[in-house]
Amino acid sequence: MDALLSMWSSMAFNDLYWGNFVMWGIAFIFIYLAIKKGFEPLLLLPIAFGILLVNLPSDIMTPGEGLLWRFYHYGEEWAVIPPLIFLGIGAMTDFGPVIANPKTLLLGAGAQGGVYVTFFGALAAGFTIYEAATIGIIGGADGPTTIFVAAKLAPHMMGVCAVAAYSYMALVPIIQPPVIKLLTTEEERKIRMKSLRKVSKLEKIFFPIVTCIIICLLVPDAAALMGMFCFGNLLRESGVVDRLSNTAQNELMNIVVIFLGISVGATMPAEVFLSPKVLYVFGLGVVAFAAATAFGVLLAKFMNLFLKEKINPIIGAAGVSAVPMAARVAHKVGQEADKKNYLLMHAMGPNVAGVIGTAIAAGMFISVLK
Amino acid sequence: MAAIESPMSGKVLEILVEVGQKIAEDDEVIILEAMKLENPIYAPQDGVVKEIKVKVGQQIAEGDVIAELE
Repeated sequence: MDALLSMWSSMAFNDLYWGNFVMWGIAFIFIYLAIKKGFEPLLLLPIAFGILLVNLPSDIMTPGEGLLWRFYHYGEEWAVIPPLIFLGIGAMTDFGPVIANPKTLLLGAGAQGGVYVTFFGALAAGFTIYEAATIGIIGGADGPTTIFVAAKLAPHMMGVCAVAAYSYMALVPIIQPPVIKLLTTEEERKIRMKSLRKVSKLEKIFFPIVTCIIICLLVPDAAALMGMFCFGNLLRESGVVDRLSNTAQNELMNIVVIFLGISVGATMPAEVFLSPKVLYVFGLGVVAFAAATAFGVLLAKFMNLFLKEKINPIIGAAGVSAVPMAARVAHKVGQEADKKNYLLMHAMGPNVAGVIGTAIAAGMFISVLK
Repeated sequence: MAAIESPMSGKVLEILVEVGQKIAEDDEVIILEAMKLENPIYAPQDGVVKEIKVKVGQQIAEGDVIAELE
């Protein structure tokens, strides 16, 4: 009898409470969305499993000992993983469209307006300034940057903010088109953009080097993210280290995403997640995305007042840094208005500029608030 | 004789017409892949396909000639 009792107490059933079951439900929903609906599966599936694991009472997240704690601590708390993801993204990114049309850098900056609107909204909702900054960065639609800022300013919010950021990134094709259509006329959406000039190899090599120097000097707290981003881009554009570029884009990204996903999910045990604050974060997240989209589109319309060669304002929405998803969404909305209008490459300009914009916004928050 | 030029850069995924085929404006000519998105490219006018200038798997740039029509 004693043996049975001690066997029972070694099992985890006794340590479960109702909150764990709710989190299991959330994990299952995410798994369903990832597998059946294809919602950002590369991240959502590991995150979902991390949520499940941490809600099965064990030592797996015990500070100092747990496996997932080690992934989390060395990867996120030490802010190693997000910059590594940026290394991969930089290696995947073609800056040709930005170099050919530098005005689009402004559109990338414009979409960061969503970050600040959400920041003030979060302050108004009662979050601390550190939490508000982290929630604001969700509006940048940039997962690694969100995690990076959370690690530096509000680690207890990391899981919630990361899940909010990635969930809404998966919803970009649903959130953005209505906002775009609300703010533009069909005529504006039909605007064809002049073809992009050919960008030389030399320009593509100089770009990451010059960008790195300028940004790291202006915003040193963005150095980790932007430095790795530019490094990855140089690996790609140099043409002489294809092995490294390919590894950065593929194997390294895959490895890092595995560690990132599962450890971010593991920061969401029921005790942390099931609080009203979380609902606020998710609510503000949608505000963030919609506002960023709106700011990008409105800035493009504003710029058109002064431009002879008009920008199609749809591509302003691509200033949200979900690469390349926001560019694809912009392209599709453009095709609805005129199926022979191919905005994809034009939208890549603001899209990649947005990544830089969000990293700079992150660096600025960190430098001002730390 | 007219040339169908590519409106954007990308990789040729599928060629949907053959030499000698009669096509109409807005028919799909090829499928181009860019940013993991499949984009059908449409014929700018009616005509008969005279020559197809690209191969499946080829990376093409904006302005490259895809096919010639007459």
